Amino acid sequence: MSKVYLALQDNDDSRYIVEAIIEDNQEATVINQPAMIRIESTGELVVRRSTVEEKIGRDWDVQELHLSLITLGGNVDEDEDQLRLSWNV
Amino acid sequence: MSVVAITPDYKFEAKDRFENFHGNQIVYVGWDHHLMFCSAFAYPVPPATTFKELRDGVMQEAFEMHPEYSKVNWETATWLLDNKPFEPQLDKSLQEQGIGHKSLLRFQTPELKGYKNAGV
Amino acid sequence: MVAKKLNLKDKYRALTRDLDWDYDYSDRKKAFPYEEFEGIKITDWSKWEDPFRLTMDAYWKYQAEKEKKLYAIFDAFSQNNGHLNVTDARYVNAIKVFLTGVSPLEYQAFQGYAHVGRQFGGAGARVACQMQSIDELRHVQTQVHAMSHYNKFFDGFQDWTHMHDRVWYLSVPKSFFDDARSAGPFEFLIAISFSFEYVLTNLLFVPFMSGAAHNGDMATCTFGFSAQSDEARHMTLGLEIIKFLLEQHEDNVPIVQKWIDKWFWRGTRLLAIVAMMMDYMLPNKVMSWKEAWEVYFEDAGGALFKDLARYGIRMPKFVETTAKEKEHISHQAWWIFYTHGHAAGFHTWIPSDEELDWLSEKYPDTFDKYYRPRWELAKEMEARGERFYTKALPQLCTTCQIPMGFTEMDNPTQIAYRSSDYEGEKYHFCSDGCKHIFDQEPEKYVQSWLPVHQIYQGNCGGANVEEVLRDYYKMNLGEDNMDFKGSSDEKRWNEWKRKGVA
Ligand SMILES: [Fe+2]
Ligand SMILES: [Fe+2]
Ligand SMILES: [Zn+2]
Repeated sequence: MSKVYLALQDNDDSRYIVEAIIEDNQEATVINQPAMIRIESTGELVVRRSTVEEKIGRDWDVQELHLSLITLGGNVDEDEDQLRLSWNV
Repeated sequence: MSVVAITPDYKFEAKDRFENFHGNQIVYVGWDHHLMFCSAFAYPVPPATTFKELRDGVMQEAFEMHPEYSKVNWETATWLLDNKPFEPQLDKSLQEQGIGHKSLLRFQTPELKGYKNAGV
Repeated sequence: MVAKKLNLKDKYRALTRDLDWDYDYSDRKKAFPYEEFEGIKITDWSKWEDPFRLTMDAYWKYQAEKEKKLYAIFDAFSQNNGHLNVTDARYVNAIKVFLTGVSPLEYQAFQGYAHVGRQFGGAGARVACQMQSIDELRHVQTQVHAMSHYNKFFDGFQDWTHMHDRVWYLSVPKSFFDDARSAGPFEFLIAISFSFEYVLTNLLFVPFMSGAAHNGDMATCTFGFSAQSDEARHMTLGLEIIKFLLEQHEDNVPIVQKWIDKWFWRGTRLLAIVAMMMDYMLPNKVMSWKEAWEVYFEDAGGALFKDLARYGIRMPKFVETTAKEKEHISHQAWWIFYTHGHAAGFHTWIPSDEELDWLSEKYPDTFDKYYRPRWELAKEMEARGERFYTKALPQLCTTCQIPMGFTEMDNPTQIAYRSSDYEGEKYHFCSDGCKHIFDQEPEKYVQSWLPVHQIYQGNCGGANVEEVLRDYYKMNLGEDNMDFKGSSDEKRWNEWKRKGVA
């Protein structure tokens, strides 16, 4: 199974997004690098709006992810409630 | 294969054809397994240049910086012209011995292993 | 006003697709004259998916927010004399390479997407290209703003657009984009959106920018990451484009594969410059080029190509060569620049002893055997007061335009020589990949503007190298070029540090 990944700028918003990702993706590995945080997982990775809102304590639009996102790998499926990364293999 | 273009008869003259070099031709010269020089050198020279003039004149300045260059034995050094074995004739011109425009000359000195024997 | 109840998908549809119109009084083919000649078959443009479904209003909102954050950091950086906080002044030379070699490509990308964004019959594709075009313009602008701070304090930043158009090694990135932009619109998308953005930019913008942060350069790191936040969208677009083309018609598969092969190799060669920036120009190291290649190409790219296998797409041609080249390429590239340090618009240097040891550790199979001896020779010469600058001009590869300094991978002390004859002329290449690209489209590459040949044809102003550098390239000789040791950059830096200016 291939790995999907995303990387975020190491900033205050990302802290909560990462917390949410860890909670929703048991498999995910977090790698801290200078100024950035890389999260990878086998097969699939989901960023869920409801979990991020819980962590960040305010309304959060999935598209706000773009403000902190640096890169990603995988097929993207996005709607109002979540962003999902996956490979078809 | 050829290019897929929207322009019919997509065709351009070669930018580096001989006529553009004001009477010179280009000759590339490289010393195998001696990577102090990152690549072969490109020299613009008249086609009437003799091999001796190329080797002892044109090439001298850049190649002599190598600590082994003074030890090269030209009696035993071997040459490739455009990747085929070649025996240069010192007093003949480049043109006369088939060293054409943009030809590549490489020489080998297997007894000289490069700086610190590392092919440098 | 869009009603609140519209969900993301509906809103996207209303604000993109529904703005399109039919061609009732004009021939559709005349409206989109570039759409067919490449042989790509599109049966249904409505199948085009934009995974992020970004509408123009949301686009402006988020981009404006990115800019505000970015410029706040630029202001803080310059108010705080951020240039004094970088690890050492050698580092700044990587930024000179970036400004002259990469930022102009952002501008080329802006122009390229503006052009192809007009050429596609599908509204979704046109909107995506329009947004990307504006993004790329933002990238070049923010990069120029960020680096203008360095221009106040260091040499080599003064004439970057002029240099990009003329300087010998900058013909490598310039010709890469010229090649893509002079292709048809679909090839441009595969070249830039897919091969460049999806497969390769990660290597430039992620580990290198993280490295910039690690070297105290928050301005560069931030413009890099801010640009890369758009690139994440561009990458996704690249992946969608390729899936769309492959799903539209089976006849598209071999055409797309041919482009992937070409642009993967073109990109690999362009990245040789990034490889040397990472291994040699960052005083504080984050990861080696080899490690970055493994993470961002072998793992990430490997997963991608596995995913595309169901369409009949295979790994790019010559990918096996890159698996070997990752051990060599950065060392060979830096040696090319070191030995041509008199002709470069930035400073070069011998790695410190610590850096040499780091390279040995990161490249246990190759560095001590093949590359350390080169630096020992360079050190010996420098100690004698004869810093090595090569004295003749190099042979260049007709396709990638890099000096032919890459070696056979199974015989790393031997330069790789490849050549083709075409219509009575000889052409030379650094690799099987570059030869293959030429052989596919010789009519295109016979026009290569090879800097060394152009100098010899008398098209670069001067009669000798010094005149070319000074008058045609507009380098400040003795300031911009030569070794870092003894440079004005170094002197000023030491002076600032001595005075404790901060
Ligand atoms: Fe960009
Ligand atoms: Fe981009
Ligand atoms: Zn090449």
